Amino acid sequence: MIEIQNISKSYKEVKALNEISLKVNNGELFGLIGPDGAGKTTLLRILTTLLLPDSGSAKMDGLEVCKDFKKVRHIVGYMPGRFSLYQDLSVEENLNFFATVFGTTADENYDLIRDIYYQIEPFKKRRAGKLSGGMKQKLALSCALIHKPKILILDEPTTGVDAVSRKEFWEMLKNLQKKDITILVSTPYMDEADLCDRVALIQSGQILDIDTPTRITEKFSRRIIQVHAQNMYKLINDLRAFENTEAVYAFGQFAHFTGKNDETECNELDTYLHKLGHTNVLVEEIHPGIEDVFMHLMESHNR
Amino acid sequence: MEEKIITVKNMVKRFGDFTANDNLTFDVYKGEIFGFLGANGAGKTTAIRILCGLSSPTSGEMKVAGFDIYKETEKIKKNIGYMSQKFSLYEDLTVSENIKLYAGIYGISAKKRKAKEAELLKKLELEAVKNKLIGDLPLGWKQKLAFSVAIFHDPKIVFLDEPTGGVDPVTRRKFWDLIYEAANNGITVFVTTHYMDEAEYCNRVSIMDAGKIEALDTPAKLKEKYKAKNMDEVFIKIAR
Amino acid sequence: MEQLRSFIKKEFYHIFRDPRTMLILFGIPIAQLLIFGTVIKSEITDIHIAIYDQAKDKTSQEITHKLLSSGYFILDKNLESLDDIDAIFKKGKVREVIVFKNDFGKNLVKEGTAEMQLIADASDPNTAKLAIAYTSAIVNDYIKKLYPEMHMPMQITPEVRMYFNEEMQSAYMFVPGVMAMILMLISAMMTSISITREKELGTMEILLVSPLKPAQIIVGKVIPYLFLSIANAFVIVLMGRFVFGVPITGSFILLMLETILFIMMALCLGILISTVAKNQMVAMFISMIGLLLPTMLLSGFIFPVKNMPIPLQVLSHAMPAKYFITIIRAIMLKGVGLFYVWKETAVLIGMTLFFIALSVKKFKIRLE
Repeated sequence: MIEIQNISKSYKEVKALNEISLKVNNGELFGLIGPDGAGKTTLLRILTTLLLPDSGSAKMDGLEVCKDFKKVRHIVGYMPGRFSLYQDLSVEENLNFFATVFGTTADENYDLIRDIYYQIEPFKKRRAGKLSGGMKQKLALSCALIHKPKILILDEPTTGVDAVSRKEFWEMLKNLQKKDITILVSTPYMDEADLCDRVALIQSGQILDIDTPTRITEKFSRRIIQVHAQNMYKLINDLRAFENTEAVYAFGQFAHFTGKNDETECNELDTYLHKLGHTNVLVEEIHPGIEDVFMHLMESHNR
Repeated sequence: MEEKIITVKNMVKRFGDFTANDNLTFDVYKGEIFGFLGANGAGKTTAIRILCGLSSPTSGEMKVAGFDIYKETEKIKKNIGYMSQKFSLYEDLTVSENIKLYAGIYGISAKKRKAKEAELLKKLELEAVKNKLIGDLPLGWKQKLAFSVAIFHDPKIVFLDEPTGGVDPVTRRKFWDLIYEAANNGITVFVTTHYMDEAEYCNRVSIMDAGKIEALDTPAKLKEKYKAKNMDEVFIKIAR
Repeated sequence: MEQLRSFIKKEFYHIFRDPRTMLILFGIPIAQLLIFGTVIKSEITDIHIAIYDQAKDKTSQEITHKLLSSGYFILDKNLESLDDIDAIFKKGKVREVIVFKNDFGKNLVKEGTAEMQLIADASDPNTAKLAIAYTSAIVNDYIKKLYPEMHMPMQITPEVRMYFNEEMQSAYMFVPGVMAMILMLISAMMTSISITREKELGTMEILLVSPLKPAQIIVGKVIPYLFLSIANAFVIVLMGRFVFGVPITGSFILLMLETILFIMMALCLGILISTVAKNQMVAMFISMIGLLLPTMLLSGFIFPVKNMPIPLQVLSHAMPAKYFITIIRAIMLKGVGLFYVWKETAVLIGMTLFFIALSVKKFKIRLE
């Protein structure tokens, strides 16, 4: 459905995208995962015909994003990173406006947005600027869907949104996927990777890996040891001082430890920590998560 | 009993007939990392603004760093640091100009500043770029620098409003290393975040919903109480 | 078409829901007109004049009486010789001297023409011009009543001399100037701001991704401001006519058509600005510094073009407002038809076409 080949894009001397290639299959919920400045927005803007790549090509449902940009604009629904609706228009006025702009009406495609829109319909006379964050998002999604696009592109829809709204939002995306819409979504939250069919990990304009979330973690060969102790600050400092340490990162209530040659055993760490006077020590080997993988890929890329 | 650095009793803030903070009561202890969580629009920013002396509450009794929130806002401002995701540093000033400016605002002597600046730049490994414009630095570096600048005048409390939005996971952790270090040095950290794993790094966490504090405890006890395996679940159970 | 209609509707919502926009659109024109108007109006009552009546006949005395009873003029002195004129002007109090030539009444009856001379202190050009205009009007009025059957517009040929600023090329009524300024402000600044606001809010991204054509976006932005500007032009002309008594001697239709032409030109300029400006602040800056100030300073509205240094005089030819003010002044005050202002009109049409072409070409169908 989406085919990207060797796309590069620079802003002055900064290389925003470096030879990016990826494919998104029909009906897939595909995640573009990476921190700010990784190049996610640039890539999505190229796909939505808002920017031209310096080199490379991309096709959306077989249409060239550079040459056939007018046709591409008909089949794409796009929700930019910032809230991009008219704050001084009401919910209903926004929806109707975007419907007419795409040459359709709100009634015609109401089926598609019903599940999302009914939640904000009671406030349809309210100005969009006065909606809460979660409601704004639902309105923005409704507007992006109003012309029944084949491909839906969302740029960091969940950034700055609280955990509850994020969860609801992903449920909405899952439902849309069932209605035969291909979805490409970008996010800086690593934990959202598991909600996608496939993901591309992106950092500094380069793709680190593309696969299903499960396979990405399964492929990862390094051994991760999870450590907990009463005093976390001291724990992390002490672990870093350990002779065989490659990396130590805080992960929630735990610290994730990677040894230099993956030969460090749990009991080795346990004795080391007890000797230093730590209490409540818990050491166990775990399966790595997407975030572990991302961090290691990132570090090895930087090296 | 630990020393209380922030005490809030029955704090209420109304905007017209909308109640942003509905009778908040909580204490923050010296040297702790206090997580202040809540859904968008739950009233976090309003509460932080009041505690920083930027906005006055409708009613309630509040003390920050031992000073009364109504009468001694100037003293409060001298004893706190503040960093938000939006404003951190002047993009068109260099690293060292930003530090100079900030030190000047807080009346730090030139001699003391020079010593601290050198130490700071060394710690953050920013010596090579000290004459570069902030605008040219990567986001992660800016955030680390912004935090260090916010605690440059050794405040008793530092307020962090979503300090880690959008940075990569490695930088995010390096940032938390700084927070831990500050807390270890006795600075109380008051932090809001949308990353639930970061909530776990806090000593205690409060969760706000619709202007009220719905829960306040250590992450471990909250998880036990709500029978959740992580803070994400706790949060969703409370806010939904 | 439906797309365009809903776009325009949306645009009107923006305008009517933003108090600041409404204030700029309707408050500022009226305020500016009143400010400029009262400044000038307060000076035109009680103007001190001196009269040198060589004829001393019935007609000249009746005219003198009419002038003094009009309320605009106060007689300072009756002069006895031409040499007194220079002296009395130098004293500074007297603004205008009226000279009736010998046999004034006789010539008027016999030959149908008579000579009088109006000499004004043009160190304050606006007052001078106004004083002359009022005097001429009163004299003409008198003649018309005296000989209603005569068709020629002027039987008395007042020979006007502007003292201290002989040529008086620059001083004209404030209404055309204010009109040019306000239309420039509303049309160019407001359109450029409303387009850049969409860029700032990110809504432009969505509009660009939608199948809307650039022309539709441009037309949709232009039409609401076109209507509002026309409404404003009406208000200004009517206020000028009824509050300040500025005559519209020429064709009102022609006046409005020329005004619409100027508005179109300014709107295109606004769009052009929005294609370069990244945000509202830049758009406002460019409009203010690049359009409003030059319109005020270089168009001859406030400072006479003739008195400017040569480079600025050259630059003033690039000011669309200069041509517009010339046209409007000619139509309103001189009552001429299109035949007399076709050159200026052609220049404005040329400018409009140039800016349309340029802004359509520069309007970006993508970001960056």
